Amino acid sequence: MIRPIRRRLLLAVAGFGTLAAASILLAPLAGSTSIDLRRAFDTSLPFVENVDAQIFFVARLPRTLAGALVGAALAAAGVVFQGLLRNPLATPFTLGVSAGAALGAMLVITSGWTFGWAGLPAIPIASFAGSVGAVTIVYALARARHGGLSTNVLLLAGVTLNAFFSALILFVQFFADYADLYRMLRWLVGDLDVASYQPILTAVPLLAVAFGVFAWLARPLNLLSLGVDGAETHGIDVRRAQRAAFFSASLATGAAVSIAGPIGFVGIIIPHLVRLIVGADHRVVLPSAALFGAAFLVGCDVLARTLMPPVEVPVGVITAILGGPFFLWLLVRRA
Amino acid sequence: MLRAADVEFAYGQTAVLRGVSLAVPTGGFAGILGPNGSGKTTMLKVLSGTLKPSKGVVSVDGVDVSRTARHTLARRMAVVPQETHLAFDYTVLEVVLMGRYPHLGTFEVEGPADIAIARDALAATGTSRFEDRLFATLSGGEKQRVIIAAALAQVAGAAAGGGAYLLLDEPTAALDLAYQLEVSALLRTLQQRRPITIVVSTHDLNFAAGVCRSLVLLSEGRVLAAGDTGDVLTPANIRALYGVEADVRTHDGAGHLVVVPIARVPAAGEG
Repeated sequence: MIRPIRRRLLLAVAGFGTLAAASILLAPLAGSTSIDLRRAFDTSLPFVENVDAQIFFVARLPRTLAGALVGAALAAAGVVFQGLLRNPLATPFTLGVSAGAALGAMLVITSGWTFGWAGLPAIPIASFAGSVGAVTIVYALARARHGGLSTNVLLLAGVTLNAFFSALILFVQFFADYADLYRMLRWLVGDLDVASYQPILTAVPLLAVAFGVFAWLARPLNLLSLGVDGAETHGIDVRRAQRAAFFSASLATGAAVSIAGPIGFVGIIIPHLVRLIVGADHRVVLPSAALFGAAFLVGCDVLARTLMPPVEVPVGVITAILGGPFFLWLLVRRA
Repeated sequence: MLRAADVEFAYGQTAVLRGVSLAVPTGGFAGILGPNGSGKTTMLKVLSGTLKPSKGVVSVDGVDVSRTARHTLARRMAVVPQETHLAFDYTVLEVVLMGRYPHLGTFEVEGPADIAIARDALAATGTSRFEDRLFATLSGGEKQRVIIAAALAQVAGAAAGGGAYLLLDEPTAALDLAYQLEVSALLRTLQQRRPITIVVSTHDLNFAAGVCRSLVLLSEGRVLAAGDTGDVLTPANIRALYGVEADVRTHDGAGHLVVVPIARVPAAGEG
């Protein structure tokens, strides 16, 4: 017997929400240096003398929040891209958003440009601009004559653009010096060491817009899985739904990548795990994936910080080590 | 009344429909017949409003389909495609509930009334026992019946008022003989119990002879013949449509006309 949708949604949000809240509350306590939570919140001590407060508020809390936001954004964007492309193996990076972002970041690193805007340094700005560029190119290519989006062309254009941008990135890297190469590598692996609240505050409005659109998209995405004609004969404005899905998921991905670089596999592992638990209805899958994605990436970041102290492994390495085998299992299972 | 008046449609430079007119009265059961490439499926898409004709008008009860909001049309007209492949693992009940989407507000979810309608549709198509199964695990015939259930759930409100339309694209093409007969029987029973207007596109002459009260024969995008099934399904029309010599007679056991193809005959202009 299938539970009514409202109850399933409540159960899923309560379950995954608790997981996300617990991970966000507990993660700042974990790390190579143990801290005393009471001391961290002790206002009688001046902040400059309160090491626990500094570790908690300056080092760990921002990256925990960044992890939660990026994890939620990538997981939900993965769900939306998979629904849009009707392909469960699509990821937020399939359509070239991350490759565009990476090219932008690489260009700034190698050129040494130091412009800033709204308190943000050049790299996140350039990476976001790069993702906007990639999205624009892919959209222009995929817009069919009648104004709808050809998902086949979207996929082909995205995959080709990924390859092309990767070639350009190699070209840029070839001429970079060693110090720049190291910074590029760190960025490409994906890292949550944001060191301030500014990138988070800048990304929040963008992610709020994207998540608002996701909420509206949940039902059209269910019908899009019937195919374009099937969705249309069920009363969906398919063009509008496709455009909304493409741009909102690209926006969420671009914002997430500008914070933390292209952290892989979150956008594919989480949607699939969530579907195994809650079923296929996007109205349950989307919020569940966002909350579980947040918990998952925060958890991976704790692993990254505590696995080999005092060395911090980039979180992108952890998600890739967990995600690679999972992805292969998924392929075998589907076959 | 579902009516198409002088409809033309082309994919790029290739004309597919060349001035097709047809009318299906409320409560009618019409078949669109024709060989591969004759424009059957395109005609069905034009009737359902998913393709816009370059010329001509399609109207439902006198209202131009192209001027009707998608979700308004969807509440009274449902389409059953030839085959349905879902991208994700929905359960059968979820698939049938998708039929209720045009009736819900933007953030509204299905209520008990919608679930009751969906279950009623499952019962009407004999698929209640699959309710909790994953759609992907069903056989072709079972899937087809579930999609017909979803279509019934979609037009349920309109069916009560007599203004429901069900368009089926080659509903038996992917099915074996047993399922073909089952779908035929199902459609006949459905129409007896509910006031639904049904249009099917098919190249299965015996299926059409068994269920359709009227036929439109399409050849290269033009209407070759149209009218009551008994008047249209003649050896002469079959020869003109398919280039096939056929025997057409009423079968006592089946209770309707049956077509027995005898031999391929060269059409005019062929060697």
